[in-house]
Amino acid sequence: MTKAGTSVRTADPPTPAVRLPRRRGIELALIVLAVLLSVYGYCAVGFARNGTVPPGAAGYGAGLGVLALMAHLAVRWRAPYGDPLLLPIGVLLNGLGLVLIYRLDLETPGDRAAPTQLVWSTLGVALFIVVVLLLRDHRVLQRYSYVCVVAALVLLTLPIFFPAVNGARIWIRIAGFSIQPGEFAKVLLAVFFAAYLAANRNALAYAGRRLWRLQLPTGRVLGPIVSVWLLSVGVLILERDLGTSLLFFGLFVVLLYVATGRTGWIAVGLLLASLGAVAVGWLEPHVHGRVEDWLHPFASIEAGRGPNQLAQSLFAFATGGVLGTGLGLGHSVLIGFAAKSDFILATAGEELGLAGLSAVFLLYGLLVERGYRAGLSLRDPFGRLLAVGLASIVALQVFVIAGGVTGLIPLTGMAMPFLAQGGSSVVTNWAIVALLIRVSDSARSQYDGEAIP
Amino acid sequence: MTRYIRHAAVFCALLLAALLVNATRLQVVQSRTYDDSPANRRATIARYGQPRGDILVEGRPVTGSRDTREQLRYERTYADGPLYAPVTGFASQEYGTTLLEHAEDGVLSGADPMLSPLPLWNDFTRSRNPGGDVVTTLDPAAQRAAYRGLGGRKGAVAAIEPSTGRILALVSAPSYDPAVLSGNDRSVARSWARLNGDADRPMLNRAVRQTYPPGSTFKVVTAAAALDAGVITDLDEPTDSPAPYRLPGTTTTLTNESDGCADLSLREAFKWSCNTVFAKLGVDVGVTDMAATARAFGFNDPALRIPFSVARSTFDTTMDKAQLALSSIGQYNTRATPLQMAMVAAAVAGGGQVREPYLVERTTRAGGATVATAGSRPVRQAMHPATAVRLKELMTDVVREGTGGNAAIPGATVGGKTGTAQHGILNSGTPYAWFVSWAQGEKDLEPKVAVAVVVEDASAFRQDITGGGVAAPIARAVMEAVVNSRK
Repeated sequence: MTKAGTSVRTADPPTPAVRLPRRRGIELALIVLAVLLSVYGYCAVGFARNGTVPPGAAGYGAGLGVLALMAHLAVRWRAPYGDPLLLPIGVLLNGLGLVLIYRLDLETPGDRAAPTQLVWSTLGVALFIVVVLLLRDHRVLQRYSYVCVVAALVLLTLPIFFPAVNGARIWIRIAGFSIQPGEFAKVLLAVFFAAYLAANRNALAYAGRRLWRLQLPTGRVLGPIVSVWLLSVGVLILERDLGTSLLFFGLFVVLLYVATGRTGWIAVGLLLASLGAVAVGWLEPHVHGRVEDWLHPFASIEAGRGPNQLAQSLFAFATGGVLGTGLGLGHSVLIGFAAKSDFILATAGEELGLAGLSAVFLLYGLLVERGYRAGLSLRDPFGRLLAVGLASIVALQVFVIAGGVTGLIPLTGMAMPFLAQGGSSVVTNWAIVALLIRVSDSARSQYDGEAIP
Repeated sequence: MTRYIRHAAVFCALLLAALLVNATRLQVVQSRTYDDSPANRRATIARYGQPRGDILVEGRPVTGSRDTREQLRYERTYADGPLYAPVTGFASQEYGTTLLEHAEDGVLSGADPMLSPLPLWNDFTRSRNPGGDVVTTLDPAAQRAAYRGLGGRKGAVAAIEPSTGRILALVSAPSYDPAVLSGNDRSVARSWARLNGDADRPMLNRAVRQTYPPGSTFKVVTAAAALDAGVITDLDEPTDSPAPYRLPGTTTTLTNESDGCADLSLREAFKWSCNTVFAKLGVDVGVTDMAATARAFGFNDPALRIPFSVARSTFDTTMDKAQLALSSIGQYNTRATPLQMAMVAAAVAGGGQVREPYLVERTTRAGGATVATAGSRPVRQAMHPATAVRLKELMTDVVREGTGGNAAIPGATVGGKTGTAQHGILNSGTPYAWFVSWAQGEKDLEPKVAVAVVVEDASAFRQDITGGGVAAPIARAVMEAVVNSRK
């Protein structure tokens, strides 16, 4: 409707596009490095054990390489501004995990976990590619927050109808594969928490009655979120999976704090956590035993029953020293049945030493840091909370399991992201990395919060 | 919100720092404590991760290693296990090591720092040396002769080369095969239980770990003390001793197995093993001199190692005269290992000198390079050389004309002394048959071998259980094996 010749009355000219460098080449280079490092580790195990390159080295390298390359192409196509560190870190950790599991498989010839783990890793990368390709904007997820929470609760409830494995009802078995639905629920709950808190954060922070220095939100706002949280934690206690309930609780507190900025929430959270921990630690024999093991890891040795898993894990770490025994040359298999899952870090500590272990920790630290960075540079509250939530899941999970196997805190069964044997875990972690790539792409492209096309 | 995200990020950084600090504590600061925990199997796994060095007899290994591909990978094997068990002991994943396997474990397992080509080399390369070999002094012919001689009867044989102290044979019977204790499968536990439950105690090393009343064989010591103290100056002079002999201060009288011991000369009394004469001689010498001589022969020495420890042979140092009289004929509290009695015979044969016995000639690296040799051993003069010469004469007479005739070897000079030690309440136990001896071949410049034999339970008639009848033939077989060998 503009008339010709009318001088354009200009407002300020649009801010020039500050396009961040895409850095896809760096990502590719890092992926190649990650694949080479993994293949090197694979060969190192073979050389240490048999003096030859293991027969599957080429296939293993090719498989990992093709997976990584496809993920990279997906990112290049649909998330060109995605953080270039996330994918290589995922590839390296997953590759290292496969090496460690393959290495432990050598000690248990009747029970090979590496091939299954490779299948699950492929599925994980496939899911990564699907998420990167199909999810063009993370804000779409906001619309499905209630779908997410219902799905999460269903997933959490499912294992109750399946028999317990090793004392915990967290697995379901379908067609020979065992799945841990609680793993997937993590991401879904993070989405729900982020969406809900983003929508209601002002009400949470400023409405409602004031109790001493604490601003209580109205029940209408707090109600749904607390009930969802209570429900999930309740289900988990029924299933005796304290690791995941601890994770949900931590995630909840972190997101609540980030959304509202109320230190009071942290105080309340820590208070509840310690009360809960003391109560559960006192009443639940399973947990009580874990706390006892943590306080006295050598009690079973002194009682003449030999070292328990935790003591074996501590022995493994101690043997590693600074430089480690070398891949394939440790004896962390002494830990027993959980060596490939909960205690996989002990193998890393023994065979790669403090140097390798620190490197692994720093990789996780970097992954978390990139997540937080994406959160900081986003402008929409949902995206920020989602990024922080996903990064916090990784951080809390790493801390709880690594702290547990190194005797820093009582042991809680949980999977080390990417490293540990466990299909659901690998798939979930690839989904987390995919979502982080998506939010970092949004943060780093010139996206400025307009409506979704 | 930015501020709070930063706070949460700082919190995560703190968690990371806590993990890193804790990992450093675990892997660097306190790692030694965990490494040294007896429940940590890694040291054991490393120990069995390579073949163990071998124990050699005359250049031939009597041990071996078998690769089981299990976690504790190499298992010990034994060639002629029962024959050499009193020397090698066993090396078991489950029950540890004994005897040479234990005493030389550092060399055999490769842990001994002397095995590394350069000092501190292993600390640098984080590697372990291949196990070294232990070369023994044993003479396989003598060992076999002793084992065959005992023939499964309870007893022991020890043979020494008098001029050096090298142990030529060390046999204990009944024996066992240490191979059944190698490894860690269930049969090992069964064997362990069976061996430990066996009333015959096959794992007891009777040659060095069991003491017996030496009985009349101790008269060699008493005679040496009497000659050294000057109580006897002439072997053929009557000893002025009654038979039966009333123990001083008591109403108990001591008798002899044979008649005509009264007032006999030392030569005749030694030949016919008169208790009365030697009991009185011991009293005449006195407890101080008797104990001093016994100690010079090696009694009351708790520190003897060959290189594994040897049970202490005892001779009391404080007793009344009646007890001294009994002690002087090898009864009361006098007890000796077969090895100790072999040392007594060796001292007589070796001009009065007692050389500390040893079993390990040298230890070598896996390639054969010598790590350590037996070296010079302490030498004690147990008696005057002249006394030794006279005792040799007495012992030779025993074999030529007396109770030790069964030990005679044609074409060799053999000296010996029989013993029949009674024990048990009122001497009700089956007596121990003893024989100690030495032998010198026709062309040898000095005696080549000294032997002590003890047989615990001769299944023959009681009156036949005497050192001369049961033990002397075994000693002869061992001495023959040494004297007739080409070396």
